[in-house]
Amino acid sequence: MRVSRGIRLSLRVVALGYLFVLLAVPIGVILWRTFEPGLSEFLASISTPAARSALNLSLLIVAITVPVNVVFGVATALALVRGRFRGRGLLQAVVDLPFAVSPIVVGVALIMLWGAGGWFGALDQAGFQVIFGIPGMVLATIFVTLPFVVREVEPVLHEIGQEQEQAASTLGANGWQTFWRITLPAIRWGLTYGVVLTVARALGEFGAVIMVSSGFPGVSQTLTLLVHSRYIDDHNTYGAYAAATLLMGIALVVLLLMTVLDRKRSDR
Amino acid sequence: MITVTSARKNYGSFAALDDVSLDIPSGSLTALLGPSGSGKSTLLRSIAGLEELDSGTVTIEGRDVTDEPPQRRGIGFVFQHYAAFKHMTVRDNVAFGLTIRKRPKAETRKKVDELLEIVGLDGFQHRYPAQLSGGQRQRMALARALAVDPQVLLLDEPFGALDAKVRTDLRQWLRRLHDEVHVTTVLVTHDQEEALDVADRIAVLNKGRIEQVGDPVTLYERPANDFVMGFLGSVAHLGGQLVRPHDIALERDRATALALDAKVVDSPGVIDAVVERVVPLGFEVRVELRAESGERFAAQITRRDAAELQLREGEKIHARATGRSSVIDVDPALAI
Amino acid sequence: MTSDTDQQRRGPRPGTDVAPLPPRPDATAPDGIHPHGGGAPPYADPGDAAARPKHHGRGLRALRRPLGIGVVTLWLSVIVLLPLAALTVAAFDEGLAGFWEAVTAPAAVAALWVTVLVSAIVALVNAVVGTLVAWVLVRDEFRGKRFVNAVIDLPFALPTIVASIVLLSLYGPNSPIGVELNATRWGLVVALLFVTLPFVVRSVQPVLIEADHEVEEAAASLGASTWTTFRRIVLPTLAPAILSGTGLAFARAIGEYGSVVLIGGNIPRETQVASQYIQQQIEIDRPLNAAAVSVALLAIAFVTLLLLRVVSGRSQRREERDA
Repeated sequence: MRVSRGIRLSLRVVALGYLFVLLAVPIGVILWRTFEPGLSEFLASISTPAARSALNLSLLIVAITVPVNVVFGVATALALVRGRFRGRGLLQAVVDLPFAVSPIVVGVALIMLWGAGGWFGALDQAGFQVIFGIPGMVLATIFVTLPFVVREVEPVLHEIGQEQEQAASTLGANGWQTFWRITLPAIRWGLTYGVVLTVARALGEFGAVIMVSSGFPGVSQTLTLLVHSRYIDDHNTYGAYAAATLLMGIALVVLLLMTVLDRKRSDR
Repeated sequence: MITVTSARKNYGSFAALDDVSLDIPSGSLTALLGPSGSGKSTLLRSIAGLEELDSGTVTIEGRDVTDEPPQRRGIGFVFQHYAAFKHMTVRDNVAFGLTIRKRPKAETRKKVDELLEIVGLDGFQHRYPAQLSGGQRQRMALARALAVDPQVLLLDEPFGALDAKVRTDLRQWLRRLHDEVHVTTVLVTHDQEEALDVADRIAVLNKGRIEQVGDPVTLYERPANDFVMGFLGSVAHLGGQLVRPHDIALERDRATALALDAKVVDSPGVIDAVVERVVPLGFEVRVELRAESGERFAAQITRRDAAELQLREGEKIHARATGRSSVIDVDPALAI
Repeated sequence: MTSDTDQQRRGPRPGTDVAPLPPRPDATAPDGIHPHGGGAPPYADPGDAAARPKHHGRGLRALRRPLGIGVVTLWLSVIVLLPLAALTVAAFDEGLAGFWEAVTAPAAVAALWVTVLVSAIVALVNAVVGTLVAWVLVRDEFRGKRFVNAVIDLPFALPTIVASIVLLSLYGPNSPIGVELNATRWGLVVALLFVTLPFVVRSVQPVLIEADHEVEEAAASLGASTWTTFRRIVLPTLAPAILSGTGLAFARAIGEYGSVVLIGGNIPRETQVASQYIQQQIEIDRPLNAAAVSVALLAIAFVTLLLLRVVSGRSQRREERDA
C-alpha cells in the first residue's frame, strides 16, 4: 500500500502522540513526583520496616511460585504437545482459563474453596490458615501465573519436534538423559521467557492477592498491597509514589529482559 | 541379519504395515523403496524401536528386540532432517552417544576425531549445526550414528532434504563408506534412482506390503508385477503390456517388424503408430508416439537409429518390443 | 484384537534377552542367540554398568505417559478447576432464584452495566488506535522505533496498582495539567486503555509483517486508490487479528481491578465496576452476592472468548478453502 508522505507523517504523529499521552506523560509525572524531594527521601520511603517486609514477602512468593510453575509448566507443556490422549483440548482450555478470569474472581473462588466456610474449611479450623495467610497468597499467585510457562514452552516444543529426542534415544540416552541434555537446552529461552513473565506477574499481582491477604503492614503486605494501603489507608501519597516507582523499576528490568530474550529466541 | 516377521502396524484404520516379513543380510546395504505412505519409514522406525509394532517381531543379529526400547537395540539412526542437536557443537553431537555411555574422555575424543575425518568434517569440530550446510549436517549425523559402533545403521530418507548435486555426491560417498565400514545398512528412499545406485538389495513396498525383494538388476529386469516395474523406471504401455521405453524398436517396414517380433516370446505384437514429436536427449532420442488405438507412448532409441530412420513428425511407423527382459515376466520364486 | 492378545503374549518377556520363537529357519543367525557375547557393541557391554541405560519394560514405558498426564491433570484441577467449581457452587447456594436475585440486585446490575459499557468503549478505541499504532510500527520508519516498540509491552510488565498510581499522579487530585479524571467514568476509560494497550497492537503486528506486499501492489496496479486498497485488501486481512486483539482487550477490561481501584472512585451506580462490587460484597460478608456476580463476570468473559474462537475459526476455514 503506497501511502503518501503526508498521510504517513500524520499517522505517525497520531500513534506516537497517543502513546506519549497514555504512557510517557504519566510515567514522567510520577518519576518527577518521586524524585523531586530528592533521592534520599525516596530511599528512606522504600526502606521503612513495612516496605522491607513487603519486599521480602513479595520475593518469598516469587521464590515459591517460580519453581512450582517451572516444574508443572514444563510437565503440562510436554503432556499437551507430546501426549495423544482424550481430553487434551479440555486441558488446553483449562491452561488458558486463568487469563480469562478476573483477579478478584480468583480471590473469591479461592475463598470459597479454602476459606473457613469453604469446601476445604476443615483445614482452616484445624489451624492451617490458607486464606488470610501466606499459602493463600501463593495459591492466588500460582493461579494467575499458571499459563505463562506452559504457553511459552509449548510452541518451542512444537517447533523442535521429536526428532532430536528420538535421535538421542537411538544413541542410548534414556528418558531423563534425553530431557536434561536435549529437551531442556532446546526450550531454555522459551522457559526463561516464561519465568520472566511469571516473576513480573507474581511481583505485580494485586487483585487476587488483596482478596486473600489480611493486609497487615509488616506481616502480610506485598509490595503492591503496600502501594495501595499507603495511598488509601495512610494517605501517604508520596510513600505510594515511591513504592510504585520501585515496582516500576523492577518492571523496566523485566521489560529489558523480555526484549533481550526475544532476540535470543528468534536467533535460534 | 535383521529379521522382521509378520509385522503389523495400524494408525487408526490405516494399515501402515500389513503383515510384513523381511530378512536383511548382515553387511548388506538394503534400500526400502516405495511411494510415500507405503510403510517404508514405519518399517525402518519399527526396526529402530521408534515405533512399536501392533504385532510381529524384530530380531537383530538373532536377538529379539521387539520389546526393547531404541536405546538397547544397538542401532544407529539417521533422520531425514538431520535431527542435529542444535545447542551442541559438531564434536559434542558426534560424541553424544559415547558421553551417554561414560566412555573415557581421551577415547571419546580420539574416536570423534577419527569419525570426523572419515566424514570429511575435520576442522569443523567447534562449529554449531547452524553453521553447516545441509550436506555437512547430514554427514555429521552419520558420524554421530556410527560413533556408538551400531550393529545396524538405519537411514530414513537421508538425502531427501538436500539438493540434487549434493544428493548424488553423498550417495556415492555412502556407498564407499559402506564398502569400508561394512555395517549392515538399511536405507529408506522414494527415489528409485537412488535405490538402484546405492543399494545392493532393494525391497519394494506398496500399501504396507512388500512387493518384491532382490538385487537391483533382478528388480529392474525381472520385476514381479506392474507396480514394481512402474516404480523402478519409466514404462510405456504397448499393446496392453508394460515395456521399458528403450526396449521399444521402431521399424519403417511392417514386414520386417513382424518378422523380428515373431522371435520375441509373449510379445505385445507390432503396434502401428504415428510420430508426434522427436525429442533429442543427448545420446538418445525420445520418440513420442500415438498408437492407432489412440494410446500415447514413448520409445527411447539411440541417435544413430533415429538418424537411420529419419523420423519426421506425423509419419507412420511400426513399434515392437525388442526383448522379453523388461516385459512383465513373473517369476514366482522372486515374488514374495 | 490381535494387538490385545499380542500384548498379553509379550507381557512377561521384556526381561529376557533370548528370542523365544525363531520365526523362520533362516532367521536365527548361527551366533545370534548371545547378544551380550564378545564383539557386541558398547551398549551391551556387561562390565560397563553405567553405560547401560536403565531397562524399561513395555509395561513401565506404557505407564509413564498416563502417569505424567494424570499428575498434570490433578495439578490443574487443584489450582484452577476446584476453586472455580467451589465458586460456582457457592453462587447457587440458594438455588437458581438466589443466584438470580443476587445478580439482578440494582447495585449489581449497575456495576455490571458500567463494566460492560466502559469495556466496550475501551475495546473500540483499542481496535482503531491499536491497529494504527501497529501499522506505524510495521510500515513506517523513524528514529527510536525499536524503543517505542519495546515500550508497548510496558503495561503488561507494570503492576496494575502501579498503573493506577501512575495515572493518578497525572489525572488525580492536584493534577499538574489541571485535568482531574479521578472518580469519573473517563478515569476508568483511561486506566483501562493503559492496561489493554498491547493486545490489539501485538496481535495485528505479526499479521501486518506477514501480509503480502504484492497483493497490495497488485491492487494499486489495478487502479485502486490508497483508501480502497486499505478498505478492500488490507483491512480484510487484518480483521481477524484486530477482532481477536479487541476481544482479548475487552475480556481483560471487564475483569480489571488493580488499575481502576484508585482512579475509579468506587462510586456505586456511577464508577463502581463489577470487580469492585464483588470485593465490596466480600468485605461486608455477602459471599453469595460476590460469588453470583463473579459467575456472571466469568460468563461474560467466556462468551466473549467463545465468540472470538468461533469467528476466527470461521475466517480461518474460509481462507483455507480459498487456498
